Amino acid sequence: MNLNVLWFVLIGVLFVGYFFLEGFDYGVGMIYQFLGHSDTERRVALNAIGPTWGANEVWLITAGGAIFAAFPEWYATLFSGFYLALVLMLLGLIARGVALEYRSRHDNPGWRRMWDWALTIGSFIPALLWGVAVANLVRGVPINSQMNFTGNLLTLLNPYALWSGLAMVVVFLAHGAYFLSMKTRGMISYRAKQVVKPLGYGAVAMVLVLLLWTATLKDLRLAAVPALVGLAALILIAAAVVAMTKNRIRWAFFLHGAGIALLTVSFFAAMFPRVMISSLNPQWSLTIYNAASNSYTLQVMTIVALTMVPIVLAYQVWTYWIFRRRVGTKSFMEY
Amino acid sequence: MSQLGLARLQFGVTTVYHFFFVPITIGLAVLLAILESMYVATGNEDYKILTKFWGKLFLINFAVGVVTGILQEFQFGLDWANYSRFVGDIFGAPLAIEALAAFFLESTFIGIWQFGWEQVSKRVHLLAIWMVALGTTLSGFWILTANSFMQEPVGYMLVNGKAEMKSFGDLLVNPQLWVEFPHTIVAAYLTAAVFMLAISAYQILHHRNPELFKKSFKLASVAVLVTGIAVALIGDQQATHLVTAQPMKMAAAEAIWQNTPNHAPWTVIGVVDSKTHKIQDAVQIPDLLSILAYKHLSGSLQGMNTLQAKDVQQYGQGNYVPPVAPTFYAFRVMILMGVLMILAGLWATIRLRGEKFLDNRRLLKVMIWTLPMPYIANASGWIMTEVGRQPWVVYGLLSTARGVSPAGTVPAFDIWTSLVLFSAIYTALAVAAVFLFKKYTDLGATPAKAPVESGEDGYLHVVS
Repeated sequence: MNLNVLWFVLIGVLFVGYFFLEGFDYGVGMIYQFLGHSDTERRVALNAIGPTWGANEVWLITAGGAIFAAFPEWYATLFSGFYLALVLMLLGLIARGVALEYRSRHDNPGWRRMWDWALTIGSFIPALLWGVAVANLVRGVPINSQMNFTGNLLTLLNPYALWSGLAMVVVFLAHGAYFLSMKTRGMISYRAKQVVKPLGYGAVAMVLVLLLWTATLKDLRLAAVPALVGLAALILIAAAVVAMTKNRIRWAFFLHGAGIALLTVSFFAAMFPRVMISSLNPQWSLTIYNAASNSYTLQVMTIVALTMVPIVLAYQVWTYWIFRRRVGTKSFMEY
Repeated sequence: MSQLGLARLQFGVTTVYHFFFVPITIGLAVLLAILESMYVATGNEDYKILTKFWGKLFLINFAVGVVTGILQEFQFGLDWANYSRFVGDIFGAPLAIEALAAFFLESTFIGIWQFGWEQVSKRVHLLAIWMVALGTTLSGFWILTANSFMQEPVGYMLVNGKAEMKSFGDLLVNPQLWVEFPHTIVAAYLTAAVFMLAISAYQILHHRNPELFKKSFKLASVAVLVTGIAVALIGDQQATHLVTAQPMKMAAAEAIWQNTPNHAPWTVIGVVDSKTHKIQDAVQIPDLLSILAYKHLSGSLQGMNTLQAKDVQQYGQGNYVPPVAPTFYAFRVMILMGVLMILAGLWATIRLRGEKFLDNRRLLKVMIWTLPMPYIANASGWIMTEVGRQPWVVYGLLSTARGVSPAGTVPAFDIWTSLVLFSAIYTALAVAAVFLFKKYTDLGATPAKAPVESGEDGYLHVVS
């Protein structure tokens, strides 16, 4: 495996981590105010993700940095091309992050309602737009010979991409509901268990259609690998619902999470070795070779990444261990 | 406004705004770590209460710093795609390392610190805040490594019209980095120290727990004095370095168009007239510029006219003079603020003896008014650094105009839209943050929350 491939894989891993971890944070953010009927119940849900959501988000920041370092042309084309979509996503992330920290710091009901909605909408937008973005990456977008995107926001909002966005929203909603079933006690957990199965079934249906739709796209080298991985993802997401009916909550959460991981892998596999597919001319696509930094930069970054990633993983796992207890209405609540 | 102008405005606005929150994060993390260390070392509950009080303000600040930082990570791609293509090979590396080595550290351990008061041991909790302090300072190091390359490109080679990395080590020993990083980091410590000093003074003046806040007042006043002097000394080194590294920026900061005489005076203040190339009503100190530049009583500095002619020879036709007035004034505002902060720190420190500051209402009021100074100084410093580097985005290698995203991909309308949206949300966040700062300051330091213990069911319960 050469370094270009390694970095493609590494960025894939970062997105797997991001979608797995922030996936349930977004899900919780979208659903908590509907599951929590009282302020205390809502706070239970928020405190369940409280200690860890910040570090979860760094997976995205790191993925962005890694794309910049390893594939600067990809970074430039993607973020200038998906400009308004990215701006919207950033607005969502900004609103959401501050909402988590500020919501419970003042007990005026209007204040809390305002931040509740900032958090819910701020979680919905990135979930939706990542679905849209990933679909467009797989489907291909107009990129000219100078590696510049020539479309606009409406180019990105095609039916396939919108379906993918909605599928992502439902998959994350289910992920959040599994998480709350597992991590909280009392009414929040009870209501999360009530909604998790319909959401789980919804996720299965949405992903099934998404995969079938993807299979019809021309230009996609639907090689065996992405197809099989996508199918495996679908099976895992379905298995999560089955586990839930048998009341194996932890199993359900991790099965669903594994499904998200494989779905991500499947999309990356479908792109490989391209990173931005040009719908105008296959020759103009960005690949892990023509978009990459030089081999020296990749070597330096490889050494850094292989040193740091295990350390980061170790202390992040440790944090989850520290905060492994379920959160209930009588727990110590910071949020 | 042109697409380029909008892109520059957007970068300036969002970055200056971001940097209102960053220095407090960097500096207050260290001060919190010191306070909590004192708690762990002495067992004195006062320090725990103080840590929690300052911790609340820290978290309110931290939230905005983090979310505005997400935009920073992506906006090189948004508005500066050609810059990213040109320099990504080098510039992306420190950014990625910052995320990997610093952001993970600070955001993981801030979670442990914020939520872990009752979940982890005292020592682990203390470790957590030190890790946050380490993470935020490291983050400063890596982003300044990236910025230093823009000021003084090193360790690169040009291949097919792009800058590629030749030596990572050279990036790390960039002489610009080793004046810029200490200056910025210590300025961040100073910012937090002033923040703590001003708010402690406010609490003492309003008779809210003066016995408690005199402790943080003492810590902060010494910290202001020490870091204030350090920032100035390092800043002086930085200016000396500027003379050789970016002479044009130095000339603009001093508004000298003609080469100076051998004994160059330093202009304290004056009215810059960019048309006639003169400073009107200048107040000058003889020889001081020579001393600042060369640490010697004599020595001439090159003026912008000379440098412009040289640059034309080196880089071809073009205007290589940055906007002089903003560079000149920003430099002086920064210095003025720095001097005032040092004087305030000195005054407060002198009055620590016998705790005379407690009854000195005038002193306490003055200390409250130091609060905006570090913010003004930080913003001015960055304006001088970044405006003074124009017309380059990477000094001598890439002009700002060539770094912007192509207008076909990112039309001016898109930048307008995002500028309006970001300004709106940033304004709202500022209002919310200031509201909470005020609220939690006025709440004062309350004794620690009701103790928590494990119930029979194995879960934590608040004992009420």
